[in-house]
Amino acid sequence: MNRAPVLFLNVAVVAACGLVYELLAGTLASYVMGDSVTQFSLIIGLYLSALGVGSWLSKYLEQGLARRFIEIELAVALLGGFSAPILFLIFAHMRHFYPALYGMVFAIGVLVGLEIPILMRLLKDSFEFKDLVARVLTFDYLGALAASILFPILLVPYLGLVRTSLAFGLLNGLVGLWATFILRPQLARVAGLRVRCALVLVLLAAGFAGAGYLTSLAEDNLYNDEIVYAKNTHYQRIVVTRGGGGFQLYLNGHLQFNSIDEYRYHEALVHPAMASCATPRRVAVLGGGDGLALREILKYTQVEQVTLVDLDPGMTELSSSFPPLAVLNAHSFDDPRVRVVNRDAMLWLEECNESFDVVLVDFPDPSNFSLGKLYTTRFYRLLKARLAPGGRVAVQSTSPLFARKSFWCINRTMGKAGFHVKPYQTAVPSFGVWGFSLASQTEFELPHTISAEVRSLDTPSLAALFVLNADMGPVEVEINRLDNQVLVRYYDDELRRWD
Amino acid sequence: MTRMTRREILRLFLGAPALAALGGCGTSKQERDLPPGSLAGASLDFGHRLRTEAPPEPPSEAWQSAGVVIVGGGVAGLSAAWRLLRAGYRDFFLLELESEAGGTARGGRNAVTAYPWGAHYICAPSARNRPLTDLLGEMGILDGTDERGEPVVGEQFVVRDPDERLFHMGRWEEGLYQRAGASEEDLRQLAAFEALIGKYAGMRDGQGRRAFEIPLSLGSDDAILAELDRMSMAEFLSRNGFTSERLCRFVRYACRDDYGAELEQTSAWAGVFYYASRLVRSSSESRPLVTWPQGNGRIVEYLTSLAREKIRTGLAVADVNPVERNGKAEVEIRAFDRVNECGAAYRAKCVIFAAPQFLARYVIRPWRSDPPSHVGAFEYGAWMVANLTLKDRPAEPGYPLCWDNVIYDSPSLGYVVATHQAGRERGPTVFTYYYPLCDSDPKQARARLLATDRDAWAETALADLARPHPEIRSLCERLDVMRWGHAMVRPKPGFLWGQARRQAAAPFRGIHFAHSDLSGVALFEEAQYQGVRAADEVLKVFGVG
Repeated sequence: MNRAPVLFLNVAVVAACGLVYELLAGTLASYVMGDSVTQFSLIIGLYLSALGVGSWLSKYLEQGLARRFIEIELAVALLGGFSAPILFLIFAHMRHFYPALYGMVFAIGVLVGLEIPILMRLLKDSFEFKDLVARVLTFDYLGALAASILFPILLVPYLGLVRTSLAFGLLNGLVGLWATFILRPQLARVAGLRVRCALVLVLLAAGFAGAGYLTSLAEDNLYNDEIVYAKNTHYQRIVVTRGGGGFQLYLNGHLQFNSIDEYRYHEALVHPAMASCATPRRVAVLGGGDGLALREILKYTQVEQVTLVDLDPGMTELSSSFPPLAVLNAHSFDDPRVRVVNRDAMLWLEECNESFDVVLVDFPDPSNFSLGKLYTTRFYRLLKARLAPGGRVAVQSTSPLFARKSFWCINRTMGKAGFHVKPYQTAVPSFGVWGFSLASQTEFELPHTISAEVRSLDTPSLAALFVLNADMGPVEVEINRLDNQVLVRYYDDELRRWD
Repeated sequence: MTRMTRREILRLFLGAPALAALGGCGTSKQERDLPPGSLAGASLDFGHRLRTEAPPEPPSEAWQSAGVVIVGGGVAGLSAAWRLLRAGYRDFFLLELESEAGGTARGGRNAVTAYPWGAHYICAPSARNRPLTDLLGEMGILDGTDERGEPVVGEQFVVRDPDERLFHMGRWEEGLYQRAGASEEDLRQLAAFEALIGKYAGMRDGQGRRAFEIPLSLGSDDAILAELDRMSMAEFLSRNGFTSERLCRFVRYACRDDYGAELEQTSAWAGVFYYASRLVRSSSESRPLVTWPQGNGRIVEYLTSLAREKIRTGLAVADVNPVERNGKAEVEIRAFDRVNECGAAYRAKCVIFAAPQFLARYVIRPWRSDPPSHVGAFEYGAWMVANLTLKDRPAEPGYPLCWDNVIYDSPSLGYVVATHQAGRERGPTVFTYYYPLCDSDPKQARARLLATDRDAWAETALADLARPHPEIRSLCERLDVMRWGHAMVRPKPGFLWGQARRQAAAPFRGIHFAHSDLSGVALFEEAQYQGVRAADEVLKVFGVG
């Protein structure tokens, strides 16, 4: 019987496809969840047990085995082929991610588990049992070996996750179509089956062609690491990447933090202001939709209420529900003291009549006019009017090293608006040297100690924050006003120079 | 008039080159569908009735008396009322034709935002302009004074950056002078032009008054630069060797923007005034521009709120008649009451005629048969203003959306963005699109303006705006049109330093005149100056203030 060797090749392809889907699921899960050991061992365990379930179920299939084999092949092609694109799309809705992930892995496992026993039964009359078992298992394991070598070396780097998934779906579909020819003698009618094969192949091919959109996000040169979340909200493009042992948040292509060293940034932003305010009961965060400043603020038990004002509901929702972010910000959005306002901070300040003991201003850098207005005398005057007596403000004010004019422009503008300002800086490896401005309505003492638990700021290093190196010293700058927006021009020039 | 085809309308209002740029004449349903909207125009029919019909004579008990009746509730009339109230004089009425006061400085409002219907900014005043400094101070617009004693306008009221951009060759660029692709000679001429303007801005007369000041009456009245008024701005440019096309377009835009007139129709004095009066001394530092979402409608709202109980709207004054009654001079005023369809009548010791001069010959009874020569010297430009309510901002290449957005080779002036000053950078907005009709014969321009209905103007505005914003039709949810028949006085050559302005400003038998046209340039500051001056004349007659 000359069709047998060809069917053994099928075993190899089926096994390779199955393993690829398993690897894809494991990779995606560890991108999102971060803990790759747990994720991979969970996925592998689930997949293997599903194979067992499939094998066990195979005994219930009695009639038309050849037809069943092809139908199962097509089901695997569809489910496996679309597994990565579907999981990518489900990232935005985290509540559905786990059920979708594990459900999909289990279903693929069951289907693949059905295939090998059926194939063995189709071949049982052509071989002796010992040859049959030996050959099927040999090809099964060879296929798995090929997949496990190809996956990290060729598939992920060159095709990316989404296209790999769709390509293997196509391969599964082709095996199905091919089987309609080699199993022709055992099939009563093939026309309907072939039409279904063609349909599945067309769907997958269309998916492969359309994958450009998803993978263009993933393959964007902007990002060094694998993208695990990407979404265009009404206001900005949010991208989360994972790599180098941590994950990173980008807004419109600008790095906002790296989970490895963000604590240095957020401790420097939050604690000097909190420590130098006698009664930090009511706190506002303007910007800072990642919730990381919230995490630091909520360490203080005196804090009664925190108002977070961030333009983009897409950002604050992500931070409260996307597991890696929510874990990093210590589920700050679930704290009953936190209130989220999704508005333009300047329009909110114009209408606000509350007062705050501490206000932390954590906007993206002034790279356009809509952001530049949030660094103007007008903005700081509105802010000052909302500050309770003895209150403190801390502002992220770009890098005093590579954006020296921008940094001093922000400090001078705050001074012009009537604040007493103390500039300071810290080193954040992902950004370089980063600058902040601590301010109050009246002259004030620098803080000496921080009562909350922190990693980077002990008493000597707190004092050292306020020492600027000679190459970060004051430079001559204009005041940033709504009607001149000089800061946007300074920042643009300085950014250009460093690029 | 027979209906024109879409193509004819567009050719007439946008010109052949613009039409070619539209890429033929699309007649697909999507392109022909216009957003809903209405014609908000000034009450033209009623205005015209004044010339032909006498209002019904009200019964004698219906006559009302006051010390002063102000005819016209534009900025001049409202400013006269403001001045009277500040002097504590309350015995007056202000009669306004439309259903609300404000004239061409009016604004509108919808669910998205307030927006202008006409004048939409002022220059930050110098301390020398006391009435405007006082007014802005009252309104809470000023943040004290600077070290030179000059008033400082609150940052949020100064036009926000980015303020101006120009659409050319498929891209938006910063500023109104087209710099991209300018030759060395172009830039040399621009610098020379700016230097020349700087020189004029620094000029002073023997009494130390600047030659060019806002309002212009605060400047020198020595005719030191009167020769400028005798030539057109086009002549001025060519005499000074300014041949750069970019520069000429730049200056032409200024004349069309502020005066609704072409270079050839604009007095060179007015052309230089536009630039020089905005400079602080002779430096290159410009006076900040001050604006609100509803443009100067914000000031109108404030002035209206002060004088609310004195204002009578919907009254078309048809007859102003100086008489002797019981041996005393007084003025009788007869009007149509548009709401009640009846006559209304007032007696006053003085009238402040705060309507444009062209109406004086139809309304002031002795002038109907024997008009003074000066009334014929006043010419007015016609304008169309469209307000487009957009559900979202158009996407676009190049420099971001500004307050003022100009299309390089369009006969329109482009558009201003009503949400700009409020700092609303996203979501729905209103674009206010300005189109001056600069025909050399103003009567022809007016005929063209009025013969064109809402739909045809909407078609014109959309086709023009579709060049920078191809998706404008799908974004535009409403498009309202205002037709201003007599929008602005035209400072044609010889008019500013001629006799007509001075003659027209002289009181006539208890009638004192107040309107921006008496200044020859239609700026808010001029209208306010004229209104306050006329009120001062009246207060002097009464010995008040």
